Amino acid sequence: MTPNLQLWVIPVLPLIGAAINGLLGRRSSHQAVSLVALAFCGGAFAWALYVASRFSSFTIPHSEFLAPWIRIGGFSADFAFYLDPLSLVMLLVVTGVGFLIHIYSVGYMWEEGGYYRFFSYLNLFMFFMLTLVLANNYLLMFIGWEGVGLASYLLIGFWFTKDSAASAGKKAFIVNRIGDFGFLIGLFLLIKHFGSLNFDHVFAAVAQLNAETAGAGLLTAIGLLLMVGAAGKSAQFPLYVWLPDAMEGPTPVSALIHAATMVTAGVYMVARSHVIYERAPEALAVVAIVGVLTALFAATIGVAQTDIKKVLAYSTISQLGYMFLGCGVAAFSAGIFHLMTHAFFKGLLFLAAGSVIHALGGEQDMRRMGGLRQHIPWTFWTMTIATLAIAGIPPFAGFFSKDEILWRAYQASWVYWLIGVFTAFLTSFYMFRLLFLTFFGEYRGSAGAGLEYSADRGSHGAPGHGDHGHIHESPTVMLLPLVVLAILSVVGGWVGIPESLGGGNHFDKFLAPVFHATTPAVNAGGAAPAEQAPPEKQTQGPEPQTGPGTELMFTGISVAAAALGLLLAWLLYLRNPELPQKIADALDGFYEAVLNKYYVDELYAALFVKPLVDGSARILWQGMDQGVIDRTINDSADGARHLSDSVRHMQSGNLRSYAGWVAAGGAVVIAYMVWVGTR
Amino acid sequence: MVPLPYYLVLSGILFACGVTGFLIKRNIITIFMSIELMLNGVNLSFVAFAAHWHALSGQVFVFFVMVVAAAEAAVGLAIIIAVYRTRETLNVDQVNLLKL
Repeated sequence: MTPNLQLWVIPVLPLIGAAINGLLGRRSSHQAVSLVALAFCGGAFAWALYVASRFSSFTIPHSEFLAPWIRIGGFSADFAFYLDPLSLVMLLVVTGVGFLIHIYSVGYMWEEGGYYRFFSYLNLFMFFMLTLVLANNYLLMFIGWEGVGLASYLLIGFWFTKDSAASAGKKAFIVNRIGDFGFLIGLFLLIKHFGSLNFDHVFAAVAQLNAETAGAGLLTAIGLLLMVGAAGKSAQFPLYVWLPDAMEGPTPVSALIHAATMVTAGVYMVARSHVIYERAPEALAVVAIVGVLTALFAATIGVAQTDIKKVLAYSTISQLGYMFLGCGVAAFSAGIFHLMTHAFFKGLLFLAAGSVIHALGGEQDMRRMGGLRQHIPWTFWTMTIATLAIAGIPPFAGFFSKDEILWRAYQASWVYWLIGVFTAFLTSFYMFRLLFLTFFGEYRGSAGAGLEYSADRGSHGAPGHGDHGHIHESPTVMLLPLVVLAILSVVGGWVGIPESLGGGNHFDKFLAPVFHATTPAVNAGGAAPAEQAPPEKQTQGPEPQTGPGTELMFTGISVAAAALGLLLAWLLYLRNPELPQKIADALDGFYEAVLNKYYVDELYAALFVKPLVDGSARILWQGMDQGVIDRTINDSADGARHLSDSVRHMQSGNLRSYAGWVAAGGAVVIAYMVWVGTR
Repeated sequence: MVPLPYYLVLSGILFACGVTGFLIKRNIITIFMSIELMLNGVNLSFVAFAAHWHALSGQVFVFFVMVVAAAEAAVGLAIIIAVYRTRETLNVDQVNLLKL
């Protein structure tokens, strides 16, 4: 008998926090609000740690039933929770990084209006995210899925008086609806064909099926539809457009929701559904192609952005593309590994960027920064660590996870690998560009000007911050999460050092029970039934074909790519600061296209938004509503008026005309009687 | 004995006189008298048929008509007096408050 861990406590704690802050926070002091938010979020983290400490003492996967929810005929979806290595990793990442960002927010949001509202939303987000991660069926997962979308909407539009923030929130919500539509249809297909949404049941049923190697079938359809949902939530091409706009939200939100946790929900869902994808190689190939294209596409846009948060947003999209690439080449544990390290270093990057913005009183444009190294050393050093991590410089966290993905991608196809390495080069370039522009060289703005600018934008609290007028380091409460995340960004990758570098790849082994237990022979042509694939062999060597020497060579190439990016950024932005402008001028048209994000927003506006708005205006509003519905009502009213206008003259009020009508009526009756009588 | 058609023709003439007076006269009292003329025209045809068919129901009906006519005359004359007191006229064309 496995012990009962009361998993439900983990999501419910932040929910209570959200309720308390949301209902009572308006009258409470900032201290009380912070205490409630941190206590309940920290409680969830503590409980997750407790669960992790007990993890080895129960069987995997571990399910806990809380309450019945929907039971119709043979179908059931309950409030029940599911714990296996995959959800444990997600659980620790979400609660851990989430808790750190809660701490950071106390410092960052202190001067802002709606302080209680912010923490209430943040705790609400934690509740839904933990529900998503812990659900034991797709429907409960969908509740969390929609809930994080709601929290994301609320937090992007946190400064709802600002028009751009309000519309960014709407955009995120609507684009996510498109993805959710695909997700829902996928769920309907699952219900129709497997009669259940329970992970255990569905995966057991799917495991009985053969891989769909020849052509597309049910599993391919489900896989593709789920991928549509994942692409919406995880900002993959072509549904990524909401994420850059989502930077309108407060920076801790960008760090928590739009970098570390929510946007990785799609990756988690694909990894969770790995049993389906392993039997639908074409859907898996689509995942890989979407991932690698998104990685490249977003990275190229990131190169030209000037807003510090926009660069990080495109970088996030690009890194999510890597995770999908990892999942798409059936290296699910590599994808989840990158998810984890990315949560550390990208969360850190956003928090450090927030610290920079805080220091400059709301300035976000990198062209007005520079030389901040001496002024805000803590921020500088932590951000440097994060940049090294995301660029893939060993031995920082991002190196191991990215290298693992690239290596596995190469085994699938050299094209994936080539694009991946090129993207790694771009990543390194734009990240060091950000670092150099922000922290090195001469200061190009003035703090005073920055202040006015921020007041104008209504962005990060211009009023207050007492000691403004000069650039200042952030308070300790903001620096502490930076330092913790910086440490994690350094050591976080060490759990997954590959064997070729003398490590044990413990992370892969830890997740092995999830991903390899039911793996069919994807590479073996798929003709063999699933049962014949020996699971023991699968668990051992994920990379059976080539030796460690080849892998080392590829590791060397990706490190070289990262170093090349660093070098190029150094050349362009420190050595010859006037050179980038010349290059931009030389590449006039292309640079314009990149700067304007390839006009994708404009394209969507022309292709979808404008026809939709015009269509609703012309057909639905003017055509249907005004032309048919209003017109039917108005015309029948007009008709009744005209008819009564013509007969109202009978009621003249003149007694003798009434008498005439009576006589005429009598005459008609008599004539009728006579006619009837003589017929 | 006078044959039935004579009575009926007289009755029709009386009724037509009543209708004509009802329609063309403007004095409300004359109109009222025209109504009585119509009623009596009808009464005449009732009693003529009753005598012809040797059936008493026609005569009984005539009593009913007379009673109703008497009641109507009482109410009608009272209304006419009330109208005259307020409007100071008996011309129905000027009693037109209900006109649109």
